Amino acid sequence: MVSIEDYGEFETAWCPGCGNFALLEGMKKGLVAAELEPHRVLFVSGIGQAAKAPHYLNANVFDGLHGRSLPVATGAKLANPELTVVVESGDGCCYGEGGNHFLAAIRRNIDVTMIVHDNQIYGLTKGQASPTSAEGHITKAQPHGAPLERFNPIAVAVAMHAGFVARSFTGMTDHLAEMIRLGIRHRGFALIDVLQPCVSYNRVNTFAWYKKRCYELPAGYDPRNHAAAMQAAYEWEERIPVGVIYQNDRPPFEDHFPVLGGGPLVGREVDRAALKDVLKKFV
Amino acid sequence: MKLDPVNIMIGGEAGQGLATVGELLSRILVRGGYSIVVTQSYQSRIRGGHNTYTVRAGTGDLEAPREPIDILVALNGETIEKHRPELAGGGVILAGESFAEESDACLAMPLGAFAQETYRNTGALGVVCAVLGLDRETAAGSVTEAFGKKKPEVADSNRDAFLAGYAWAEKQSSYARKLPAAAKRGARLMLNGNQAIALGAVSAGARFCSFYPMTPSTSIPLTLIGLADKMGLIVEQAEDEIAAVNMAIGASFAGAPCMVATSGGGFALMVEGVSLAAMTETPIVIVVAQRPGPATGLPTRTEQADLEFVAFAGHGEFPRAILAPGTVEECFHLTRAAFDLAERYQGPMFVLTDQFLADSLRAVEPFDVTHLDRVRPGGDPGSIEAPYLRHRVTEGGVSPRLVPGAGAHLVVTDSDEHTEDGHLTEDLSERTRQVDKRLAKVRGIAAGVIPPVYTGDDAPDLLLVSWGSTRGAVREAASLVSSGNGGSVWEAMDEIRADGGTVGTLHFPQVWPLVPEQFLGHLERAKRVVCVEGNATGQLANLIRRASGFDITERIGRYDGLPITPEYISRALESMGGTGGGA
Repeated sequence: MVSIEDYGEFETAWCPGCGNFALLEGMKKGLVAAELEPHRVLFVSGIGQAAKAPHYLNANVFDGLHGRSLPVATGAKLANPELTVVVESGDGCCYGEGGNHFLAAIRRNIDVTMIVHDNQIYGLTKGQASPTSAEGHITKAQPHGAPLERFNPIAVAVAMHAGFVARSFTGMTDHLAEMIRLGIRHRGFALIDVLQPCVSYNRVNTFAWYKKRCYELPAGYDPRNHAAAMQAAYEWEERIPVGVIYQNDRPPFEDHFPVLGGGPLVGREVDRAALKDVLKKFV
Repeated sequence: MKLDPVNIMIGGEAGQGLATVGELLSRILVRGGYSIVVTQSYQSRIRGGHNTYTVRAGTGDLEAPREPIDILVALNGETIEKHRPELAGGGVILAGESFAEESDACLAMPLGAFAQETYRNTGALGVVCAVLGLDRETAAGSVTEAFGKKKPEVADSNRDAFLAGYAWAEKQSSYARKLPAAAKRGARLMLNGNQAIALGAVSAGARFCSFYPMTPSTSIPLTLIGLADKMGLIVEQAEDEIAAVNMAIGASFAGAPCMVATSGGGFALMVEGVSLAAMTETPIVIVVAQRPGPATGLPTRTEQADLEFVAFAGHGEFPRAILAPGTVEECFHLTRAAFDLAERYQGPMFVLTDQFLADSLRAVEPFDVTHLDRVRPGGDPGSIEAPYLRHRVTEGGVSPRLVPGAGAHLVVTDSDEHTEDGHLTEDLSERTRQVDKRLAKVRGIAAGVIPPVYTGDDAPDLLLVSWGSTRGAVREAASLVSSGNGGSVWEAMDEIRADGGTVGTLHFPQVWPLVPEQFLGHLERAKRVVCVEGNATGQLANLIRRASGFDITERIGRYDGLPITPEYISRALESMGGTGGGA
């Protein structure tokens, strides 16, 4: 049996009151609920305060470049589909610098769970607008208010028929843990956008701001109804739905490679007889 | 009339089937026991324009493309206009009758009489094969085989066209330029540089390749895709080059030996990934197939102008090696060497090739793959005591590598500076320990550098220095001086020979790191040293000066998009003057 202690307790570099603490706790609970031992999990992260999160639990970790977690995770999953691969980083890393990879990962439907710490601001670089900042959000870098329309990751993912699209909030740790468990269990790409406050640089989208708006999708909600999911994806200003917004059964990317039928690519011998056959084709 | 070797250029528009006919002619020649050197010059377009496919063939070993054309096969009138001046004395033009020139040198081919429009090129191939005196049945068999994968009637029509062209040309005896029969030999492979790189990678145990299409590198992943299911590897077309390099790094971290292939512009996008591979100590083989830059440059032509870029690409300081194959065989073996280096020293290793070599078909003795070993990523988790330290400081800088999931040990790494256990740190003494550890690997890499290949007298009058695909041109230029077979275009070489002078060559199959003890003596003993490179500034000469202090001031560069030829070297020496000994 896996216990929460297996994932350890570590000192962090985060600000007191940061939403990352609750997310880390939800993450550990979700992994335990998914009955995963630490060595079977690979975290891939990028750069930012959120991307440090995998350093604060026990697991395999590849903490790479800003925005590039998804390609690293894709390569690792293809090399060894037996690994549970989780991408964890912030909204700037995942939707800004890594935007193209976000679209490609949805299209591939690679079996990776992407957990985005979405605080609608760049924290580590001290408070510039992020892709999910509200239009008009004033920062030192955007003194006249962020002029770009807010990026809606849920709507984009649902529009592109992503395998699993969910939202949670760091004020609802058990809900968050359940979303993580479900996302990991889903075969295919899973996006979990986690709303969280940045206590240092976002004075608008505070814990109270989210707490007031977030509500759980009702029991009758059908995440396989694409039209309903599109509608839920656009709900934002007054009320924000959390839960599994959309889900389908598209086969994961790994299923398209016959060579993976033989298990991981790791440690295989070169088939010399086959190679000799290949060379003969060039005679 | 007999010719050996013979230089055949086929010219026409894109979309006219030039490459199909050229490749078929190459295959017929290789099966006939001849050596070949193919040069493909094409434009960045799908239809129209002007392309050429040149095959140099002979009974002896050939190392380089040459300039005078013995047989010019014109599939359109523009070919004659553009290449008439390159025709050798006694050379012939084989041209479609509608645009043939009226001269004794030109044989007008009644292509319409051989076959209907679609198969006329194969009719022209029949003419070429008859002019060269190649065995009709063997050649016709290759034609049938090449088109047999399509419908049987397509194969039959092509064969008929070939035989009609052959029969007609046999009667034009004054245009015959027969290749002497080649010695009987076992079957050889016909490979270009990129195919050899792909095969070398697979033989070394490559399991993963990610790429974004970019000429002239694309045929590497395409070759891999052709054998992926059979050999058990994954080749993925990424959304961009940044994704390609990061995907490969992810696959490698998880235990799959990996490679990416690109050209200059795509490599520019990969550069942050180079630094990431170095910091996380993840093995990766990066193939850069050069084409002329800056920016988009000449997308389908050749150049050697990315040497300094690749040597210095990536922020921060870290070890690397750059291997630069000069032949198709070296493409195979040096790619294998790059995989070995990447795994041994856990970081980015490079294979630097170019469009000329990428597309240059050659006849190659089959590789004996029975005894070739593969790379073995990761050690035995059972042999390592907890806590496992992915970046443990060791004498040679190489830490024991495990792949995640192989055992209960956790494998942790970070693009941030990290402690031995892979977790990020801002402890500055840990920082310097890790820098020293990574750079300690330079010693091991330097100790294993493939030495430059020297030919010639101990103290030649002229020493020609080269790297990568320029190898053949330099060696043939040098051998012409010693054999006296140069002919009238070889004034510079003839002058050296007339003075009783000698020419040596120094070729670098590995261009980073440079180890002066391996070559400085040769440079110092030669009376005159000239560095020959496919770039405008003399990049290898720059690296040699940086590594050894020896400044090669005389530099021959080519940057018009075409490969360096022995003739080009001779003309450049002539224009530089001072062809005698003593710099």
